[in-house]
This record gives sequence, C-alpha cells and structure tokens, in this order.
Amino acid sequence: MAKHAPALATGVLAEDRIAVATQWQLMWWRFRKHKLAVGGTVVLVAFYLVALFADFFAYADPQESEAQRSLMAPQRIHWFDDGSFRPYVYALTGTRDPVTFKRVYVPDTSRKIPITFFGRGEPYDLLGFIPTDRHLIAAEGAKAGESLFLLGTDMQGRDLWSRLMYATRTSMTIGLVSVALSLVLGVVLGGISGYFGGLMDTAIQRIIEILRSIPTIPLWMGLAAALPADWSVVQVYFAITIIISLIGWTELARVVRGRFISLKEEDFVMAAELLGCSKARIIFRHMVPSFISHIIAATTLAIPAIIISETSLSFLGLGLRPPAISWGVLLQDAQNIQALVISPWLLYPAVAVIVAVLAFNFMGDGIRDAADPYL
Amino acid sequence: MVAYVIRRLLLAVLTVWAISVLSFMIIHLPPGDYVTSYIASMSASGSAVSEGEAMALREQLGLDKPITVQYAKWMGLMLRGNFGMAMEWGRPVADVIGDRLTLTMVISVAAIIFTWALALPIGIYSAVYPYSVLDYVFTFVGFIGLAIPGFLLALVVMYVGFAYFGANVGGLFSPDFVEAPWSMAKMWDLVKHLPIPAVVLGVAGTAQLIRIMRSNLLDELRKPYVMTARARGLSEYRVIMKYPVRVALNPFVSTIGYLLPYVVSGSIIVSLVLSLPTVGPLLLKALIAQDMFLAGTIVLLLGVMTVIGTFISDLLLMWVDPRIRLGRQ
Repeated sequence: MAKHAPALATGVLAEDRIAVATQWQLMWWRFRKHKLAVGGTVVLVAFYLVALFADFFAYADPQESEAQRSLMAPQRIHWFDDGSFRPYVYALTGTRDPVTFKRVYVPDTSRKIPITFFGRGEPYDLLGFIPTDRHLIAAEGAKAGESLFLLGTDMQGRDLWSRLMYATRTSMTIGLVSVALSLVLGVVLGGISGYFGGLMDTAIQRIIEILRSIPTIPLWMGLAAALPADWSVVQVYFAITIIISLIGWTELARVVRGRFISLKEEDFVMAAELLGCSKARIIFRHMVPSFISHIIAATTLAIPAIIISETSLSFLGLGLRPPAISWGVLLQDAQNIQALVISPWLLYPAVAVIVAVLAFNFMGDGIRDAADPYL
Repeated sequence: MVAYVIRRLLLAVLTVWAISVLSFMIIHLPPGDYVTSYIASMSASGSAVSEGEAMALREQLGLDKPITVQYAKWMGLMLRGNFGMAMEWGRPVADVIGDRLTLTMVISVAAIIFTWALALPIGIYSAVYPYSVLDYVFTFVGFIGLAIPGFLLALVVMYVGFAYFGANVGGLFSPDFVEAPWSMAKMWDLVKHLPIPAVVLGVAGTAQLIRIMRSNLLDELRKPYVMTARARGLSEYRVIMKYPVRVALNPFVSTIGYLLPYVVSGSIIVSLVLSLPTVGPLLLKALIAQDMFLAGTIVLLLGVMTVIGTFISDLLLMWVDPRIRLGRQ
C-alpha cells in the first residue's frame, strides 16, 4: 500500500493542476504533446528570426550584380583545416569555356579564404536603427560578397544565399500582413453574419459562396496586372496583400460564423443577456474569449495559402517585381527549364517555400487540436 | 428538390453576374481605355489609326458613356457571342480562345478524375486501418503534397524529365499533332499526354480529399450501427462499403464544388510551366501586353465554365444524397 502512495499523490496533484489551470494553460499542455506542431513552431521561429535579422544573416548586398560571377554553383565549405575546426573555402577563378562559351569556375586550391562567424562585413542598420557591421558569416581578409557563394549565384551574379535571406523577410511578412487584413474582414463579416443572422447572414453567405466559386489565380492575375507599372515596391507590396486578402477572408468568416451560431445557444450567453449586458459586452467579454483559440488556429492555417499565392503571382511576374526580392521573384529565374538543368541551385528557394508551408500546417493543426478537446 | 435546384440555379446566375463585374473591372482598371491601347498597339505595329476611326470605335464600344452603360453594352456584346478583338493577334477573341478553353476544361476534369480515383480508395484504406504503416505513409505524402504548390511540382517534374530522361515532358501533343486537325489519332495522343498535367494538378486536392474521407469514415465507423451490422454477421466488405462509406461520401462529393475552381485556378499557372496549350499562357501574355479585352474575356469565360461545373456537381450531390433529393425535413 505504502508503495502506491506517492503515485497516488502525484495523480491527485496532477488533477488539481488541471482543475485550476486556465484555458490557455490547458491548451499549451495539449499543444506540447503534439510533436510535429512543436517542431513546426520551432522552424517558424527560425524563419521569422531570419525575416527580422535578414541583413545579419546575409553576408552580401542582395542587389549587387556582377557579370563576372554569373551562375556560380554552390560553393563547397571545408570545415576542417589540418584536423582542427577552421572552416574555409577556396577562392574561385572564373574563365569562359572556349567551346561552349559557358562560364566555368575553378577553385584555386592555393588560396584559402577562412570563414568566421559573427565577423565583420558590410555595414548596415540592425532592426533599422542599430548601426553595425557584424554578420552571421563573414570572410576573413576578403570581401564576403566577392568570395562566399554558399548557394551559388543567379544569372546576374547576385549571391543566392543573401537574396534568399531578404526574400524570406518579404514572403514571410506578406503572409502576416495579408492574414491580418483577412482576419479583420473575416471576423467583422463572419461575426455580423453569425450573431445577427437573418437577411444579413444570407447576403454575406451568398457573397462568400460566390467568391469561393471563382477561380482565384486568373482573377488575381487580372487585378495584379492592372497595378500601374510606376508604383514603388512598397505600394505594390500592399496592393498585392490587399488583392490576396480579398478572397482570403472567406474561410475565416466561415469559422467565426460557425462559432457564433453555436455559442449563441449556450447558457452563459443567455445568462449574460438576462443580466442585461450590452451586445458589445456579450460579444467581446463573453463570446470572443471562448472561440479566440479557434480563430488563431484558422488564421495559422490561412497563412500558408497566402504564401503560396504570393509566390505564384510573383513567379508569373505579376506579383512583386524586382528590385523587390521574394521567394516568388527568386523562383522566376527557375522558369526557364534549360537554365534550370544547367544550374539546378536556382530551385533552392522552393525548399524554403515548402518548409515554411509545411511548418505552418503542422503548427496550425496542433493549435486546432489543442483548442478543441472534443475533436 | 425543385426548390433546391432553383436555389442553386439562382446562385449560379448571381455568381456569373459577380464574375462579369469583376472581369469588367479588370478591363477598366488600367489607365486609358481600350481605344488608346488599341491605337498604341496599332502604331507600334506600323499602322496608324485615324482620329475618325478612333471616334467611331469609341462610339461603337460606348466608351464616351457612363460606366454602367458601358458595362451593359459590353454584356450585350458578350451575350451575343461577340467577344471583341484580341489586339495582339488581330483576330476575334473567340477564335483565339476556342480550343484552348476546351483543353483547359479537359485538363481540369482529368485532374479531378485522378483526384477522386486516388483519394477514395486511399481514404477508405486509411480509415479502416488507422495508424497502420501505410496510413502514416499516406498521411506523410499527403502533407508534402499539400505543401508543394502546383507550379513548383511542375518545375520539378520538368527538371527530372530533362535532367534524367532527356525528354521534354511538357505539352499536350506530340510535335506531329500540334497543328493537325482533330482526329482519333490526335485524341489518343492527347490522352497519352494527359497523365502528367493531371497528376501535377491533382496532387494537392488529392491530399486534402484523403484527409476529409479518412476523418469522415473514421467518425462513421465508430457509430453503433456498424457494430450491429458486424454482430449480425455481415461480411466485412458489406459492413464497410454498404453504409459507412456511403454516408461518408456526402461531404466528399460536396467538396467538388470548390475543387473545380481550385483546379482551374491551378491549371493556369501549371500550364505555363508545362507549356500546355490552355488559356493560361494566353492570359498571362494578354495581361503583360495590357490586352485587357482578351484578358477580361478569359477570366469571364473561365469563371462561367467553373460555375457551370459547380452546378453540375450540385446536381450530382443531389443524386447521391437523399436528404437533399427529398428535401430537408
């Protein structure tokens, strides 16, 4: 008997813990058990760190083109020098093949360029206001932009690694901005639809059905192509987010409406009504907190679709346009299949797209499962 | 039942109207009007348009009238099958689009058939044997399928075809048949080329449908009537296929409503990568050349065809689901 006592005690303790835990604590505990979701979250945190500190992770100017360095293959890093950990790369010399006229790059094994971490490179403003010149990766005794090519270079000789870092910033934030816009539209319209019902509900539901039965990409293409060609990068960026969220809100509105309708019948809402609470108080104090977790889940699951939309549009040349850098803009270089066969590393940005989308899906699934214990 | 059909029909008409307004917006958004861009493109190709001609054209299209009148006029032309001229091609829009629109639909339908043919058995298997090795494999592949945008998959397929097999896997016809008139041989050639675009387009939808089918059927299999059927000694095949699968099929069928717009949408961009002769490449070209009449018409026609497809799927749903057929009580 005595042997079982401690186990029993912890069991009771655990039950106590659950009894007094807040809704968010319970959700967090359930979320933690979902290993894929936790993994996805870690990946996303990493992505957003890159987005936030893109200029720190990049080591070269993403816009600096140099015909002498066009279409270099990703460089091999030698991690050990004489048995000790001292990463270096060989300097590359480019020549033109006299037969094919293709540029070929040969490593010059007599010149080692040591790689340092947190070393000095191009000066920039961290977060936009802290002047510094530290980068994650830097070349010692040489300019990083002229000697490091971790992921190779594109047609214009721009360093793909650095461009990928800046592209991550654009593509990951466009997802957030668009989803925020969709969220506002979705919550307001879905809320009206679900809470008030009646004619408004019918009208909004029909609008949603109509929007969902239109093939989106042709429509987006048309709207995006109509953007004036002389707009600045920032204007195009916001125009594209608006165009994408025009359709994106429908799914969120559906979730919100469904929740409102099911909650309206709950006893606690009626109790609040009988106590004479105002409509606003019932909605924001009593109803919204009980379904906010579902909204978060639906929002998370909406972001990957937005990222794919932006990538597709930019890939077609109708979304963000150079000099803006996004995953879609980078993938435009991979459009030509002959070029892709010669330089397959142009397809690397695709890996970033797929990993980000997967991570969002995993995290969203985890949040949804954690938010709804009955599923 | 009649009420259901009428409601769906009304919604379809309303959708077509909404699409027409959006298409009209696309035509009108860029600065200038059709005539100024027409003049620009004509003078670029060396032939001048006189002031009188321009005026006549404006009058014919009613560009000097308020926007609502213009819309009504444009719709009138559309309804009479007069889609205007494709500037870049110097031919009527209807001529330029014709075959391509049909092929777009052929590819989309092929993709949906592929989606169904694969998602149904896999979904049933995953639900009957949940948490088995194959179930995990399908779930994993499904997740990857969902995460890869169609055009990236198309790029990878093209790359693999080129780099490892030295073959161009794009296109819908062999070189001999591209310009040939329609014949049985050409049809057969088309059928042979269909699988790759159909698979590329269908993968994401398949992954989604497998998940829907699996969770529907799992819910259904837990219900007591399944146990009753089993207790009464029905064969396992009948226990699963006769009732639970039929019930689980309903939400599955209703997804076709949004599967079609999704697939048509995807076909536009996948066609560009795989160089398929659909309206996709045409639309992109038209948009880049600011040939808004052609572009607007393509968007409109694509939308209308999608609505018709969705309406047909609604009728299909009615046929499968007795609750709709007999009216919800």
